[in-house]
Amino acid sequence: MMLPFFVIIPLGTAFLISLFGKKIKNLSDILANLGTLSLLIFSLYSISQVATQKILVYKVGGWIPPIGICMVLDGLTSFMLVTVNLVSFLVTLYSINYMERYTDKYRFYTLFMLMLAGMNGIIITGDLFNLFVFLEIASIASYALVAFGTEAEELEASFKYAVMGSVASSFILLGIALLYSYTSTLNMADISQVLSGKPPGQMVNFVAVLFLAGFGLKAALVPFHAWLPDAHPSAPAPISAMLSGVFIKTLGVYALCRVFFNILTVSSRLLFVLIVFGMISMVVGAFLAIAQTDIKRMFAYSSISQIGYIIFALGIGTPLAFFGALFHLFNHAVFKSLLFLNSGAIEYSTNTRNLNRLGGLSRSLPVTGYTSLLGSMAISGIPPLGGFWSKLIIIIAAIQAGYFVSALVAILISILTLAYYLKFLKFTFFGKINEARQNIREVPGLMKLSMIFLGIICVISGLLIVPLFKPFLQSAVNVLLLGNGYKDAVFGMLR
Amino acid sequence: MSEYILCFVLFCIGLYCVLRKRNIIKIIIGLGIIEYAVNLFFVLIGYRAHGRAPILAKDQNILNMVDPLPQALVLTSIVIGLAVTALLVAIAIRIYEKYGTFDITKIRRLRG
Amino acid sequence: MKNPEKGMTLIVKTITRLTVGLILLYGIYIVLHGHLSPGGGFAGGVIIALSFIHLMLAFGKEVALKKLSQVQASILESLGALMFLSIALLGFLGGYFFFNLFLHKGKPFTLFSAGIIPLCNIAISLKVGAGLFAIFAVLVLFKGLDEEK
Repeated sequence: MMLPFFVIIPLGTAFLISLFGKKIKNLSDILANLGTLSLLIFSLYSISQVATQKILVYKVGGWIPPIGICMVLDGLTSFMLVTVNLVSFLVTLYSINYMERYTDKYRFYTLFMLMLAGMNGIIITGDLFNLFVFLEIASIASYALVAFGTEAEELEASFKYAVMGSVASSFILLGIALLYSYTSTLNMADISQVLSGKPPGQMVNFVAVLFLAGFGLKAALVPFHAWLPDAHPSAPAPISAMLSGVFIKTLGVYALCRVFFNILTVSSRLLFVLIVFGMISMVVGAFLAIAQTDIKRMFAYSSISQIGYIIFALGIGTPLAFFGALFHLFNHAVFKSLLFLNSGAIEYSTNTRNLNRLGGLSRSLPVTGYTSLLGSMAISGIPPLGGFWSKLIIIIAAIQAGYFVSALVAILISILTLAYYLKFLKFTFFGKINEARQNIREVPGLMKLSMIFLGIICVISGLLIVPLFKPFLQSAVNVLLLGNGYKDAVFGMLR
Repeated sequence: MSEYILCFVLFCIGLYCVLRKRNIIKIIIGLGIIEYAVNLFFVLIGYRAHGRAPILAKDQNILNMVDPLPQALVLTSIVIGLAVTALLVAIAIRIYEKYGTFDITKIRRLRG
Repeated sequence: MKNPEKGMTLIVKTITRLTVGLILLYGIYIVLHGHLSPGGGFAGGVIIALSFIHLMLAFGKEVALKKLSQVQASILESLGALMFLSIALLGFLGGYFFFNLFLHKGKPFTLFSAGIIPLCNIAISLKVGAGLFAIFAVLVLFKGLDEEK
């Protein structure tokens, strides 16, 4: 079966590029793009496999769990795999031309493939310590990638991000140690089975708090968000797109879902805590984003706000809310990557990111302008693009569950989101052009190709939600609703 | 029971060091203390009463062994800690070259 | 002083000449007996790297880098990782990824037993040892760049 290939292909590509990348020219570009293209094809194939058989378990090395490590492919896994590999393929297409400005392009591709191997490993694994090891691989690769340009501000941002990320990882390891001492097993399905047989106590609550602190910092929830506005602008533009688009969702939101909904029994108090954190993230992210003059810093605060929407919807707990949360996760991955790639294109052409110094670029950069318009309108929630439908589902689910004040806050924050994206569009593309920038040319071809492709996906996800996306998302939602039934599904497949 | 409490105390000492010290190198040392504390806690969990080292040998009948699984996991965790420390030290050297100081209250160009 | 001597004093250099080969041999012993006694790839790789770093600390960086240059360390590191990945891919012959092929061809408690575990130990020790030495060499060389300015 092809589950281990999601980890083998990026790892093999990374070390081959590190070995031969300096001597043979263009080898790193070709290998990296071939690797991500094959991963995308595999992940699309995995959707069809999940549609026929509900859940697939792969035993690594032939050892039977709980003694061995297993890899699990179910609806949520295939959904996240498609999201991550689609965005990463388009980002590697983009970075063929963008990373010419930096030195040592082959080292960039090595670190990028290592980060991708870590993210894929987190998604497919079925063992708790294996999740921690892949989380650390992805995190360390991202600390090095944020500092890739080695300017003064990038190093400061990377140091801050690395220290906070390491403290969060040690919280997660402490939680895993406590859980191992309580249940004496590390397999996810087995932990769930042992926990359902024990009397309720305080240990599971303490472990849940530790996991919330650790994974919450990786997901940039609001008490733990202080690293994101420094780290995401400092990274090179393709890495900002990967970090903001898929990294915080895989390490933060997906791991939270897997641990809380499928392993530990989720109580209503925990869901209430998620709702509170989600609402505070929405509000804080939106208010701080309006005051920014740096394009990428504004997008980083907007990421905090939209992750708040996803966590808020996960906290509501009804099936419609889960559908809205996962749909918004996919939408935001596509839109935010598109917007960060656009900001990279603007910086490539004009060498500045300050809103006060840009203006009137819509005539010189037509492709960038139109895709920025699509991305901004989609993320603010203008029908018929995708963001409108996902936010509508979240707000309807909130009203159905009785959280009227939260739904009102969500609507107001959506209007505020429209406000600062309009500010970005006005200052960058419309208005008078600066005299020094009369002769700016459009960005090179491959960058345009990936931006156009992401723009097309924005439009598709809005128009074709019912026939194309509904079965794709529904199987992912069913896994979340399954809750503790995850263990029965996995053990049923093993016999 | 008291050894687990002492591991938590060591963790809190490391956390205090990361939060309150102003020198970058002291923050890196504090992070190292945090990782030592978590690894020590993980190994101490595997202790069984009257246990011996979990190594089989020829013609020796060993009845009680301590749990070998946490020892294998801690080996991985130590190597991860080594990689993070090496990366942080490399970043700290470059920061000194760019900013001229190790004091984090003066390394604050990003704000807002 | 017109030509300062690189490295440490004469006593340290003499003792280093005597012990650095023994440290390397001890590291190789720990790697090879990883399936019989405590140790294995990580610990043995670190000790092998420490023997080269000991050489660098006692004699100065030119002598150590002549024995194992930074480019060679980088190549060895990638080779170690690729060797590990190919051993794991060989398991597909047995049906699963990472399958232990030779598990039943060897008497327990001897050196040639336990399947692919000794080969994995050798690959990991290459990677960890070369990686640690490469990190140290890069940090030392960077400080050298700073002093030339």
